[in-house]
Amino acid sequence: MDWDWDFVRQIMPTLVQGVKITILATLLGSVLAAVVGLGIALARRSPNKALSRTVGWAAEFIRGTPLLVQLYFIFYVLPDIGILLPPLVAGVIGLGLHYGTYTAEVYRAGIDNVPRGQWEAAKACNLNARQTWSHIIIPQAIPPMIPALANYFIAMFKETPLLSAITVLELMNQAKSVANTYYRYLEPITLVGAFFLVISLCSVVLLRWLERRYGKIER
Amino acid sequence: MSTAAPIIKVDAISKSFGAFKVLDGLSMQVMPREKLALIGPSGSGKTTILRILMTLERIDGGHIQIEGEHLYHMERNGQLLPADERHLARMRQKIGMVFQLFNLFPHKSVIDNVTLAPMLTKGVARAAAEKRAMELLDMVGMADKAKAMPAQLSGGQKQRVAIARALALQPKIMLFDEVTSALDPELVEEVLNVLWRLCAETDMTMLLVTHEMGFAHDFADRVLFFDRGRIVEEGKPDEIFRHPKQERTQAFLKKIIAAGHRV
Repeated sequence: MDWDWDFVRQIMPTLVQGVKITILATLLGSVLAAVVGLGIALARRSPNKALSRTVGWAAEFIRGTPLLVQLYFIFYVLPDIGILLPPLVAGVIGLGLHYGTYTAEVYRAGIDNVPRGQWEAAKACNLNARQTWSHIIIPQAIPPMIPALANYFIAMFKETPLLSAITVLELMNQAKSVANTYYRYLEPITLVGAFFLVISLCSVVLLRWLERRYGKIER
Repeated sequence: MSTAAPIIKVDAISKSFGAFKVLDGLSMQVMPREKLALIGPSGSGKTTILRILMTLERIDGGHIQIEGEHLYHMERNGQLLPADERHLARMRQKIGMVFQLFNLFPHKSVIDNVTLAPMLTKGVARAAAEKRAMELLDMVGMADKAKAMPAQLSGGQKQRVAIARALALQPKIMLFDEVTSALDPELVEEVLNVLWRLCAETDMTMLLVTHEMGFAHDFADRVLFFDRGRIVEEGKPDEIFRHPKQERTQAFLKKIIAAGHRV
């Protein structure tokens, strides 16, 4: 088992293509997860019991089933009812929905942490429900939860190799394809690990900074 | 004053928290411009009635009228129906409240705390809202801190900003819920001075829940003594503080004086 630097140089451009797709899928998935999570958290607080229950059950269902199964479903089963999605789109939807059910819990905690007095002051100022959420509650709830959200986004990043199962040409898939072509697994798979490690470590540094910057709100 | 109509009419309202009956058939009337002090032991219902007037708590029974209009009910075809949110929002315009723990919006600067509600709820333009806010901040002695964040202020300063924020909506009735109770003793006076100024410069009706008996005595036109969800005794400050008739009032005042409060 010899490490072949020439082979590394040869496959690097292909792997870098994969890294780009991995990062793109993570970023889009994070945005979707952030939006879906907020939607779930708000729906579960709705006075409309039918809405809050339905969304609650749906979130519980998504959280209780594996992401890989959901990805298969979105990519291979939905076409049966006429919904045909490109691989990357299907992957981003899968990541965003799945992690949205987790970020919803972060939002819930963040919203619960806003003191009751803020709701009361908003009412005494005669703000309506929408104004109270958008001007008072959400702006105070989000900064303290940015580190927790970022943690989920890093976890999501490390799960993107699952997208190779639905033919997304992300890093893992590119590595597998070069490995299968040249019958050499050592370099491609080692490099996949290295790429993930480097990006994760950078993300952790960013996360620590976010914690210092947003971890607490001054009252 | 006897010919004028009351601005607040509370009729036989009751309110329970679980098994605890905090208000038990409470009735009271407040005349326009009247300054009322609500005193009594904790749990007697004095804060609850303020919170009910601000619609922060719902009543279990009874009626409240503000300027002759029902607060929690709407009249439709001669019937009294529970008020919807729109009705409540319209009624809330008449009322402002200042809280024990200030409840400033910590993510907004002092001036933004004051301009937010007029801009959002009354559609006031930013320039006009800021001009008005600066006048109000000047009135409470906080104009030089307009750009500061609430976390940079002392308790007394926060409370003065909170008063300016409530004034910005030009309520006819202002509710003060133990506004000096959370302050260090040396900061109480600066807030009470602002209340004196409001009294002199505005014609708002003011309801104060307070433990500052000396201030209540000097400030109020009328004092209501609450106990166990009812008004046990009411009258001019001198009558209540110097010559209380009811045993429970006497016992309460004795306890307060023993605790070192000035009457």
